[in-house]
Amino acid sequence: MTPNEYDYLRGYLKQQSGLVLTAEKQYLIESRLLPVARKAGLASISALVAKMKEPGQSRICEAVVEAMTTNESFFFRDKTPFEHFVDTMLPKMLEARARERRLRIWCAAASTGQEPYSLAMCLKEAEAKLAGWRIEIIGTDLSNEVLDKARAGVYSQFEVQRGLPINHLLKYFTQNGDTWQISSTLRSMVQYRKLNLLENFSTLGQFDIVFCRNVLIYFDNPTKVDILGRISKMMPADGFLVLGAAETVVGLTDAFKPMTEKRGLYQLGGAAAAATPPRGLATGTLGTTAPTGAAGALRPAIAPRLSVVRP
Amino acid sequence: MKNCLVVDDSSVIRKVARRILEDLSFEIAEAEDGMKALEACRKGMPEAILLDWNMPVMDGLEFLAQLRREPGGEKPKVVFCTTENDVAHIAKAMRAGADEYIMKPFDREIVEAKFAEVGLI
Ligand SMILES: C[S@@+](CC[C@H](N)C(=O)[O-])C[C@H]1O[C@@H](n2cnc3c(N)ncnc32)[C@H](O)[C@@H]1O
Repeated sequence: MTPNEYDYLRGYLKQQSGLVLTAEKQYLIESRLLPVARKAGLASISALVAKMKEPGQSRICEAVVEAMTTNESFFFRDKTPFEHFVDTMLPKMLEARARERRLRIWCAAASTGQEPYSLAMCLKEAEAKLAGWRIEIIGTDLSNEVLDKARAGVYSQFEVQRGLPINHLLKYFTQNGDTWQISSTLRSMVQYRKLNLLENFSTLGQFDIVFCRNVLIYFDNPTKVDILGRISKMMPADGFLVLGAAETVVGLTDAFKPMTEKRGLYQLGGAAAAATPPRGLATGTLGTTAPTGAAGALRPAIAPRLSVVRP
Repeated sequence: MKNCLVVDDSSVIRKVARRILEDLSFEIAEAEDGMKALEACRKGMPEAILLDWNMPVMDGLEFLAQLRREPGGEKPKVVFCTTENDVAHIAKAMRAGADEYIMKPFDREIVEAKFAEVGLI
């Protein structure tokens, strides 16, 4: 590949997916794109680049973008975000949304589904407190390939052994030879959609909890700031944002502020927090908050299981 | 430093496990069957046991049942590590008092994840 071709690919990837590749990442492009070239019957990266420039080659261009994404994920990755989910976010939301009994969660880089399914397992474990609640989990990703895998919910023996407690494996998966499929109940709790974070995503609606983990890390600062700003506009004042272990808003934007002593957890920052009322207030339930400690969620079960809303 | 007893009749597996666990700062003792493991535990309970299922003299499941009846035998975290990787075996091991379960083949990341899962790391 010539320096020109490398620059073309770098520019193309930055524009299409936000991915920033430094000058010395040539080997990465080669190792990931050579298989794409071969599959298309092309002998080299140079031939692939030439093909991309021809009109009507959107399929191959898409394959190039997808091949360059890093899709690694595992169940309950880093553990603490899921502890925060169970111990901090859910109790707060159970109280704050006691009237509407509705909760919307977004996994903004869902990859092969481990993250949304980990949240679904947390919700299943807390089922007793959630009777009658409508809880949506939306998982989005740029790559069709990972979304197909996420929808199927089939994982290798290796994948189910990284981060997934053995009791959860027994409880929520069925074995099929060397692979394990997550139960249809859990699969039905998550909706998957293709979405590029560089594009407008405001039509997804409001989210109380957003997991946007291990994706911003691939982008440059202006792109991170832009995406965080647009996410903040989709969240009520009491919403929660979760970033990856190597990601932060600090020094980037004041759209969010880190929560003290809750690593990786963020809430809307200064101006944004004041400007956006919690959803309950916005929809006219002012002054009708449930008494503390007696959240409606703890009333006897009305609906015996979590219902799934199809938007 | 935490102690881990590696119980497996294969010296190769014991060696691989030892290397991984030493990197994770465990002090390792080895036993080649359940009976020898039980003798080692009677002399001093380790914090962790990595346990194979199929072994001569006394298998892993029998060892676990006996261990849990020993004084102090409830203390070690027991992580099975075996080729018996179907639901029925896993469920049986958990009922017998195992804390976690590794399906072979395993690697460094899996051992680390499972030991973290039971609070050993
Ligand atoms: C490393 S995975 C993160 C998975 C999961 N959130 C986790 O933390 O384990 C990153 C994902 O981001 C997706 N991605 C990369 N660029 C994207 C973009 N511009 N829009 C949406 N998703 C993107 C990739 O396809 C990939 O699946």
